[in-house]
Amino acid sequence: MTSADLTLVLPEILLAVYAMGMLLVAVYTSKDGLASTLVWMTAGVMIALAAWIGTTGEGAKSAFNGMLMIDGFARFAKVTILLAAAAVLVMSEAYMKQRDLLRFEYPLLVALSAVGMMVMVSAADLMALYMGLELQSLALYVVASLRRDSVKSTEAGLKYFVLGALSSGLLLYGASLVYGYAGTTLFSGIIETAQAGEVSLGLLFGLVFLMAGMAFKVSAVPFHMWTPDVYEGSPTPVTAFFATAPKVAAMALFARVLHDAFGNAVSDWRQIVALLSVLSMFLGAVAAIGQTNIKRLMAFSSIAHMGYALMGLAAGTVLGVQAMLIYMAIYVTMNVGTFAFILMMEKDGQPVTDIGALQMYSKREPGKALAMLVLLFSLAGVPPMLGFFGKFYVLRAAYEAGLAWLAVAGVIASVIGAYYYLRIVFYMYFGDEAEEGVDAGGSPLLSGFLMASAAIMVLGIANMFGVEAAAAAAAAVLVN
Amino acid sequence: MDNLLSIVTFIPAVAALILAVFLRGDDEAANRNAKWLAMAATTTTFLVSLFILADFDPNDTGFQFVEEAPWLLGLQYKMGVDGISVLFVMLTTFMMPLVIAASWNVTVRVKEYMIAFLLLETLMLGVFMALDLVLFYLFFEAGLIPMFLIIGIWGGANRIYASFKFFLYTFLGSVLMLVAMVGMFAEAGTTDIEQLLRHQFDFETFSIAGVTIVGGLQTLLFLAFFASFAVKMPMWPVHTWLPDAHVQAPTAGSVVLAAILLKMGGYGFLRFSLPMFPVGAEVLTPLVLWMSAIAIVYTSLVALVQEDMKKLIAYSSVAHMGFVTMGIFAANQQGVDGAIFQMISHGFISGALFLCVGVIYDRMHTREIDAYGGLVNRMPAYALIFMLFTMANVGLPGTSGFVGEFLTLMATFQVNTWVAAVATTGVIFSAAYALWLYRRVVMGDLIKESLRSITDMTPRERWIFAPLVVMTLLLGVYPALVLDVTGPAVANLVSNYETALAAAEAATQLASN
Repeated sequence: MTSADLTLVLPEILLAVYAMGMLLVAVYTSKDGLASTLVWMTAGVMIALAAWIGTTGEGAKSAFNGMLMIDGFARFAKVTILLAAAAVLVMSEAYMKQRDLLRFEYPLLVALSAVGMMVMVSAADLMALYMGLELQSLALYVVASLRRDSVKSTEAGLKYFVLGALSSGLLLYGASLVYGYAGTTLFSGIIETAQAGEVSLGLLFGLVFLMAGMAFKVSAVPFHMWTPDVYEGSPTPVTAFFATAPKVAAMALFARVLHDAFGNAVSDWRQIVALLSVLSMFLGAVAAIGQTNIKRLMAFSSIAHMGYALMGLAAGTVLGVQAMLIYMAIYVTMNVGTFAFILMMEKDGQPVTDIGALQMYSKREPGKALAMLVLLFSLAGVPPMLGFFGKFYVLRAAYEAGLAWLAVAGVIASVIGAYYYLRIVFYMYFGDEAEEGVDAGGSPLLSGFLMASAAIMVLGIANMFGVEAAAAAAAAVLVN
Repeated sequence: MDNLLSIVTFIPAVAALILAVFLRGDDEAANRNAKWLAMAATTTTFLVSLFILADFDPNDTGFQFVEEAPWLLGLQYKMGVDGISVLFVMLTTFMMPLVIAASWNVTVRVKEYMIAFLLLETLMLGVFMALDLVLFYLFFEAGLIPMFLIIGIWGGANRIYASFKFFLYTFLGSVLMLVAMVGMFAEAGTTDIEQLLRHQFDFETFSIAGVTIVGGLQTLLFLAFFASFAVKMPMWPVHTWLPDAHVQAPTAGSVVLAAILLKMGGYGFLRFSLPMFPVGAEVLTPLVLWMSAIAIVYTSLVALVQEDMKKLIAYSSVAHMGFVTMGIFAANQQGVDGAIFQMISHGFISGALFLCVGVIYDRMHTREIDAYGGLVNRMPAYALIFMLFTMANVGLPGTSGFVGEFLTLMATFQVNTWVAAVATTGVIFSAAYALWLYRRVVMGDLIKESLRSITDMTPRERWIFAPLVVMTLLLGVYPALVLDVTGPAVANLVSNYETALAAAEAATQLASN
């Protein structure tokens, strides 16, 4: 371990040290009284780190004897993760404070989970991968059950923990098989063993288990069972967090394992990823139709969206990874805006999650209804919103990789999926005048996030704010 | 002006933005301002678009007024018009001020209403001008959003069902086209329509899962585009969304739908299907021709038994669009010329017919044919105008409706006599349903108590019809106005189509020898 290695992971170290230091400070001072300050500070630190990572650092450097890889791909993912986490933190503050949920541990757990995610996306070794994954997951298990006196919230936390442990077990089992057959845990070593067409059965077995574990983290069908319950049970800001940063980290990890460790065996894993993708898209689209709880609906929506991101991954090309990264960046932006809206849905101070309560929302809040309309059409992938371009990229990647059938399946699923987004539009715009509608108003901060997210969906079609080029550079590093 | 097309396209969008951002309040004055601003914007758009027509050179078969700028992912922002598209642009800018004028009585959420129509105009103009596949798709699909809202918010009693059906039907059709576009991008390496028109797509016959696909990739691409345009057109048997959408949409929505949105399907066939996939088109031509003939006869018969005026006119639209697809896939000069003529003329006629229904609907709030009768006694001016457009709809010589039907039938006769024979019977049926409708609504004695106090058209209503009357008669007696503009471009399209087919034939023979 040299000082050069430490310099490379300085952002991670700083964030971890910050989190633990603040934990001490808070415990020995006013505890929850510091919570609001900590939320803002943590968000500030994350944004600063994102800016730092985004503007400095060039090329690909490996640290700790190849255990970690700090490259353009990792930087892209880290910036996305940190910004998403910071946005969600800022959005949660007022909501949690009002409901007496805001504890000083919350921002710090989110920060620690972000450290875990940063390790995940940089991991170039099965051990580092597992460490990052567990650090991220353990923090998430706790925040899921943040509302200790609510049965649903504790149930969500417990479910997430038990199923998460199962998936970690699968992943570890796969990792040990890979280690056994490849003789190393380093991705750089595995890739030499795993050549296309001559992957040994044991290695393939290990790969399948690894993928099962990772599919659980991205909530791809058939490993998605936990998602709706956890989304519904967790406090809404926590749900917002689940839907954004961890998904990016897990997708990035997925991409790194598949390309850095098994990049020479694309033909061996392509069918598995394609299957995960097509199942996720269809289940996400079909199962959401019957939902009336907007958080459950968003859970199925995120399952479907992961299906599209996996479509990019299934291509197994530079374009595919680039498409996946762009898709995730757009997806996160849309979800931040949508959850800002969901956080504002309340009636007499109580949170409302029934979409029926949005009856004629457009009459009371034309501006917000319009922003939400934009986001919903963007989520559905209808042009001219940015969400369409995300879909276009992954479709193109899939088609060029010879997966035209997957592209066709994807667009058909998107038509089915359009129905439930339209249903929300229907409530907001065509519904009947209702007494029990959600209150108008809402914090200016949340409205700001909603409006900004909607504005990005419309204005972004001009040049995507440079994300395209950054994603292209990031993808080029990963796929050789 | 280098970017005339962009200016024309985005004037309505800018006006919509101004309305959205600056107009406050929901009172009488705000509503009036919204209407006048929308009126001013659409009229300006029309006036500016006259420059396009004035500077357009019909003898240049290439694209004119071309603008180009790089965009995301190797796509580009490219706009241009040629002899095929320029008249659709003019039709759109011409109809929109009338549509806004026809909406003068709207009282519910006027601002949003005007914004939706203004955005819709921008998107429709974009469809006809876009010279990049994805840009085209973007405009084509985005138009669904305002139309969905127009039907859903300002529509009739069953508007929810109609708006969802409209959206999901057309969305399903077009996503397949999106996959085909992605495929074309992958095969040709560009999304520039100008270059794609010169690109020859693979037509080697192959088989997927035991199914032999004659015409290979071209046939598949053709089918994917066909799925989208056939729904949009709409062709039998995927026309069922149209009567629902028409009946439930507000009058202005119906007018836009019939006059402009339906034309996107026909335009798409001419812009993509025929020139880009000639082999695929040829393989499927018999199918399309028969589908058109069935559409003409079947929907005419269905129109006969309708009890709702709007539904009747909607079915008659499907029948008239049958002539368009028939003409296009006859793929000769007369056929394609006739198809374009029929589309333009149908834009005026069907738009006017829906306005006619709107006039009495505004007074009586019903579209039931049985609720009317003997209107001529109280509304002579209305009876005259309705008569004119009924005759134009039937295809009476001297009105623009005749020219398109005659040309397409003549063209089809050369290609497939049986299809032409079947389609011609549709002309008789169309006379039957249109005249019968007219008789039941306008003629006879005024016996219905409720109609005793009905008033004739107001000056505003008369002024809306005036331009449509002029255009219908003018094009009827002097069709060269349209045909001179489209002629060279159509000749070019047809000759390219024939050359491509001959080349494909030669290549296939060479391969088999």
